[in-house]
Amino acid sequence: MQRQVALIKQSLFDQGYLDEQFMELEELQDDANPNFVEEVSALYFKDSARLINNIDQALERGSFDFNRLDNYMHQFKGSSTSIGASKVKTECTKFREYCRAGNAEGCLRTFHQLKKEHSTLRKKLEHYFQLARQAGPKETARRPK
Amino acid sequence: MAEVLRPEMLDISNDTSSLASSQELLHVLAVDDSMVDRKFIERLLRVSSCKVTVVDSATRALQYLGLDGENGSVGFEDLKINLIMTDYSMPGMTGYELLKKIKESSIFREIPVVIMSSENILPRIDRCLEEGAEDFLLKPVKLADVKRLRDSLMKAEERAFKNMMHKRELEANDIYSQLKRAKI
Repeated sequence: MQRQVALIKQSLFDQGYLDEQFMELEELQDDANPNFVEEVSALYFKDSARLINNIDQALERGSFDFNRLDNYMHQFKGSSTSIGASKVKTECTKFREYCRAGNAEGCLRTFHQLKKEHSTLRKKLEHYFQLARQAGPKETARRPK
Repeated sequence: MAEVLRPEMLDISNDTSSLASSQELLHVLAVDDSMVDRKFIERLLRVSSCKVTVVDSATRALQYLGLDGENGSVGFEDLKINLIMTDYSMPGMTGYELLKKIKESSIFREIPVVIMSSENILPRIDRCLEEGAEDFLLKPVKLADVKRLRDSLMKAEERAFKNMMHKRELEANDIYSQLKRAKI
């Protein structure tokens, strides 16, 4: 069970869904705070859902306020970076480039892709955390005392 | 004739590990509009044995420090903050503007202010350092960054403590010689 959890985590890194920042987060867990990464993750998905909603609405209105969109995406990229969400971060960067170029179509396309990556990551992480909990506390990386 | 106490007999503590031996933790005020980053920086600071207060805007930070003009500085002189860490890009007042306000304050201008930013923009970094920022950290902030800050602050506090003790010793020596000369 624990090996399974380790393998899933490794594949998330190998496939580029997560980067070293995720490991930095794991380093901050200890016996007193064993669910820190899961908590940060939950916070991230709650916050990013709000941003996605805002961006969706802004795009639906049809008028492309590139400044505002870039602003939302700056926040999105920031929190994605903090949690180590590598693929999502890449899409955020692309989106911002299209914003700066005033390329509406590029923005729409990239946003579609971003939502896909975001959703995929969410599912994978939910699965990972669920298994990690079942496997018991030994599996999550801990800070040496 | 009264016995003159020699300085060595005065109870000048030689304990120079001031902060370490006392139970006082460094108190850090962290400012960031991002929920995720607030949780992250709070954890980084707690893991580094700091006391943490986190607020979500520069305005709230000013309120916390009593610099928002509402209450004046009454009651805030006792507020012990050792370090302020603030995000640069925040809606409303930026971290840079917060930095300026802190440096304008007679009570808080000595407190080191560290700016955090996800963007590595040289003119921005220069501007902050010129305005008196202690350091500029690129996000995501690393645990090593926080520990380095903490260590340098603790050393600064220790130096300040040692200087104060040394000064006291000099003053005591001075009094002793004066008394001796006066043959009291």
